[in-house]
Amino acid sequence: MSNSGLQPTIDLEVYRYRPEQQAEPTYDTFTVPLRDEWVILDALNYIKDELDGSLSYRWSCRMGVCGSCGMMANGEPVLTCAAFLKSYAPGSIRVEPLANFPVARDLIISMDDFMEKMNRIQPWIITDEEKPLEEGEYLQTPDQVDEYKQFSMCINCLLCYSACPIYGMEPSFIGPAAIALAQRYNLDSRDHGQETRMDILSTDDGIWQCTFVGECSEVCPENVDPAGAIQRYKVTSTNDWWKSKLLPWTSKQ
Amino acid sequence: MTYGRYQKYHPWLYEPRFPILWWIKKWAYIRFILREMTSLAVVFYAVVLLLYVNAVSDGPEAFAAFTAWLKSPLSISLHAVAFFFLVFHSITWFNLAPKAMVIHIGAKKVSGSVILAMNYLTWVVVTVGLFWLLTF
Amino acid sequence: MVKRSNEPFWWALFGAGGVVAALCLPALLFMTGVAFPLEWLAAPDYESLYGLFENPLVRLAILAIVSLSAFHWAHRFRFTLYDGLHIKHLNAPVALFCYGSAIAFTGFAALSLYTF
Repeated sequence: MSNSGLQPTIDLEVYRYRPEQQAEPTYDTFTVPLRDEWVILDALNYIKDELDGSLSYRWSCRMGVCGSCGMMANGEPVLTCAAFLKSYAPGSIRVEPLANFPVARDLIISMDDFMEKMNRIQPWIITDEEKPLEEGEYLQTPDQVDEYKQFSMCINCLLCYSACPIYGMEPSFIGPAAIALAQRYNLDSRDHGQETRMDILSTDDGIWQCTFVGECSEVCPENVDPAGAIQRYKVTSTNDWWKSKLLPWTSKQ
Repeated sequence: MTYGRYQKYHPWLYEPRFPILWWIKKWAYIRFILREMTSLAVVFYAVVLLLYVNAVSDGPEAFAAFTAWLKSPLSISLHAVAFFFLVFHSITWFNLAPKAMVIHIGAKKVSGSVILAMNYLTWVVVTVGLFWLLTF
Repeated sequence: MVKRSNEPFWWALFGAGGVVAALCLPALLFMTGVAFPLEWLAAPDYESLYGLFENPLVRLAILAIVSLSAFHWAHRFRFTLYDGLHIKHLNAPVALFCYGSAIAFTGFAALSLYTF
């Protein structure tokens, strides 16, 4: 790294939290080269390689597929592998761990809460009975695939949880990605688990906490539209409720 | 109590407190709160509309008194502010409706823009109808 | 068996009120609150308004508009307080105040429109 005097630079204010050393987080400022092709993740890798090897953060694929490098950049949840430095220049970038989650170290959050919720909505195909093998595959038409395809694109990056003030206030809220994932299976023609998931999602911790702020869908890097999934589910759940009150003999239980 | 829920078994986790005035931090959140505030304009006008009908029911003097109040600067300014909130409510309501409403014709999903267009068309028809009802 | 929420009841009223308010209220408010008082439009005279409101179908429509609008407010405002001020611990009294007001207002509206 010679010619550093000629190379334009940008400052990163990086959130630091080392639980064995500090009770409250602090910020360290690092000056890194401002290169056209560099994203925030490249700058963090530069810091770790050249300036401070103790910086901790998660990353893997660096191409928007693995969903592990989500962080707050100037207060907005982003995938740092898709956030170019030059779009923040001139000016510095404040890099923080994803909002609304407890911080384990530096830029690393604990995602235990999400893992538990994702499991709770039973994100797998539930069938009443397995078809015998000789009957062949479970076929779907392109229209049937279109029903759920959008909701199946989630990479569990948790940007939606960071954008959701309801989750920030009420951590018991099941939250955008888990509900969108539930819809992904509910709307799959091969699945028969709607009733089971309805029991989980139409409680007060499920969809009814949502007031449709809509930011989850704005920040989603895969256009999953969790806000849309939740509103659709409110309609389904409402129809279900009225049916069970007005036409009780039509419901299964 | 949700804050500090990790403290017992994971004391090393740092848990930031969620700010009470979270909605002033971002334009998108301010817009959200403004959208939610439109309900005040809705209930304000629901009350005014009922008073309007009641004034007609109470006779010409009561109606004249109510019309005089409607002409006061206070009433005009309240109504002007409420009008902008109501239009904001209509626009946000119609724009967000396609997210919740999914309509199928046969096996095909009707696209969101068609639903959006239907919403605005209905709005225009109802508005014209109400103008016709009250001004002719 | 988990307890399903009764929120759908209030949400359905909120949704119906939202549609009615979005379709009807801007035009009505613009006329009675702005255009008639400022004489941008010729206001209907007392007799023709009386004739209009004498029609029970018109009064039924007005009852639907004002009542659903009130329930729309009740539900939305309850969550505005809940989200905007973090008063989850006051959930029960806030809900009672909001929905109670809407129910009382509907009763008052029904009575006064019935005895027009």
